[in-house]
Formats: sequence, structure tokens, C-alpha cells
Amino acid sequence: MSKARVATIWLDGCSGCHMSFLDMDEALLDIAEKIDLVYSPYVDIKEFPSDVDVTLVEGAVSSREDLEKIQKVRENSNLVIAFGDCAVTGNVPAMRNSFPLESVFERAYKENVTVQETVPTETVPELFEKVRPVHEVINVDLHMQGCPPPAETIKYALTEILEGRTPELTDKTRFGK
Amino acid sequence: MASRTKVKTLTIDGKRVGARGDATILEVAREHDVYIPTLCFLEGLRPNGGCRMCIVEIEGSNKLQPSCVTQVYEGMEVHTDSERIQNYRKKILQLIFSERNHVCSVCVSNGNCELQDTAQKLGMDHVEYPYLYPHMEVDATHDRFAVDHNRCIMCTRCVRVCEGVEGAYTWDIANRGINAKVITDLNQDWGDSETCTSCGKCVQVCPTGALFEKGKAVAEMKKTRQFLPYLSVMREEEE
Repeated sequence: MSKARVATIWLDGCSGCHMSFLDMDEALLDIAEKIDLVYSPYVDIKEFPSDVDVTLVEGAVSSREDLEKIQKVRENSNLVIAFGDCAVTGNVPAMRNSFPLESVFERAYKENVTVQETVPTETVPELFEKVRPVHEVINVDLHMQGCPPPAETIKYALTEILEGRTPELTDKTRFGK
Repeated sequence: MASRTKVKTLTIDGKRVGARGDATILEVAREHDVYIPTLCFLEGLRPNGGCRMCIVEIEGSNKLQPSCVTQVYEGMEVHTDSERIQNYRKKILQLIFSERNHVCSVCVSNGNCELQDTAQKLGMDHVEYPYLYPHMEVDATHDRFAVDHNRCIMCTRCVRVCEGVEGAYTWDIANRGINAKVITDLNQDWGDSETCTSCGKCVQVCPTGALFEKGKAVAEMKKTRQFLPYLSVMREEEE
């Protein structure tokens, strides 16, 4: 039986969802037997591949780079899962949305630094005025709430998907928890 | 008023039940263990039908009615959980989430929040409407409490407990529609309020982290409301 091609990607988030994924501990061994991890911060692959069965997307869409990444994810993935509250709601990254981008730059690069008070304009991706949850930018097939989603929930969801079923997640996790 | 207290018979989700003539649909449903979600309603406070979470269908009417302020009548046929109602409840809940900045992960009421609980119970796993991200303030001028307008859902429980139970009339609503917000006295800082008795009832009845006690960790920020029905009964007896 061919293995499922699984990817995970990290946009504007804290990597907490990826940490929670690792918290599955020994269950990772069972899952590893059934999948090929074709792209992820866990492995050293530079280009997002084609023909991916499932992609877990951690983080919100904050920059032009995030947008380009997520569009490629959508084009190349059969099933896209918004993985955690940043992907589902915008969460903490979106807390800057109540302020003009200019004042966010002022705060980050001038008020809070003691040397080189400069807003970077080169080699860093262009930040969008508003941080947006993933489903506002591309079609999302499944929303997995939680900050981060519990390891048990991730395990359940992946196991169900690998068995060809649609996981029912709302009673297994919630916003914030 | 003999006619108001006469027993009425009605059906809730096809089940025949008896009720006091002056009872509301919500009261009767709860007496018979029928779950109807609520946010602005709290036993012991004057119901105001504001949040529309408790809408139900009544045979013969196209309008969905808030069950917390709708009285039963003889022969009434109520449906509490149709697909139409579930759909509207989810949409209402999504609108509540989209209007302010409810970031559960950094909220002092994370895990002890009625809004968060309701989203889970209704199976609302994301918000389909664009978030508005208004710039809202936090007033931490009171010695013991604070109000974070980012998390307020305008249920007005604080307003009603302050006027109806404490009798201080400190809380009120300013502005209209989406610009409405709860205020203390004449829109002064809470710490400058001359009417606030610092009783903390408003904090305890708040369903979210909008009103909270200072110096408490997330795990400690559980709200206590047992006093409400007790105070209401005592007040009725005195009257």
C-alpha cells in the first residue's frame, strides 16, 4: 500500500502547533509508518512538492511570502488543514490588526530598540496591513482549533484521514485551548 | 392575575409538557432538560433577549423568537433545535466573534468562558465573516477589577446586575449599534466612579474575560454566580 504524502508548513505562528505535533510521542512511530513527510520544518526540503495528500498549515497569513507559500500549498495539496488558532482565526499575530502597520513598525523597530533604529526594507518579506486567517485567502478543508491543538487531537485527525474518514474535531478541541 | 398563573400545555420538540402560565419557553425547556444555548441570559437577572442565541421556532410564525423573553401559551408548538435554528445560531455567534477581538489564547478567561464554550457546543470551528479588528480600550483604573472592551459581547449582564441586584446603576451602554460599549457612570474611568460599590457582581456575571479581577491567573479566573438566585429570591421575599 502506498504511503500518504503529508506536508506541514509554518507561516506566521510560534511553532507551538508543530511542537504539539511532536508531543504525540510514540504515536509518531505508528503515523511515520503510514506517511511520507514530503515537506515540513521537521525535514530539510526546500521546495514545496506537487501531489501532496494532506498539508497541515500552522500560522496566519501576514506577508507576501506567506501568501505565495499558501497559494502553492493549495495548488499542490488535496486536503488542506488549518492547523491551530493562528491559521483558523489569526489569533496572536492578528492582534496587530487593531493598529496601523506604521505604528507596528515604529513599536518593533524604533521604540523598543537601543541601536540601529531602522525599519528593514530589504531581504525581509513585505508585511500586509492586516494579518488574515488562512480560509480568507484559500479554501480550507478542515479547521483544527486550539493554541495549540492538543497532541491527542492531531493524532485522532491524522489517523482518521489516513483511514479515509473525515474527522469530527469540534468536540476534541476549542479556540484557545 | 389568575389567568396568568393558569397551567398551560404545550409541546417542545414534539414532547408534551405542562408549564406555569407566566413561564417563558426557556424556563420550561430547562425544567425538562431541553438544551437551548444562551449568552445574555442569566438566572437571577432580568432577561432582555439581546444576544439571540436562544431563538426557537414556534409553529404558525415565520419569526424566530428569543425563548428567554417569550411566554408560553396554550397549545404552543416549539422547536428548539431545527437545522434552520442551528444555522442562525452559528451565524449569530460568528458575528459576535467577528465584531471584537476575542483572542482566546491570551485571555484571562481561557477555559472558563461561556463564549468559548458555546462555540464548541454549537460546532463553530471558524468564522466565515471578515473580522473587523476594532481598536478597543482596556480600563484598569479600578483597584481590584478591569474591563477589556476587546472581549465584551454586549450581553449587558453587568448593566442588569448593577441596576437590578446591587442597585448602584454604575454600568450603562453608550453609543449605538456596532459602536455601542459598556461604560461606568458618565463614561468616566472605572477607578473614578462615584457610584461603584466595588461589590464585584458585574465581574462574576460577565460571560467572557471582558470583566476580570486583577492579579488572578487564568486557572483562578473562575466566576462564581451562586449568589444571584439567592439574592433575587431574598429581594422578592422582602418586596
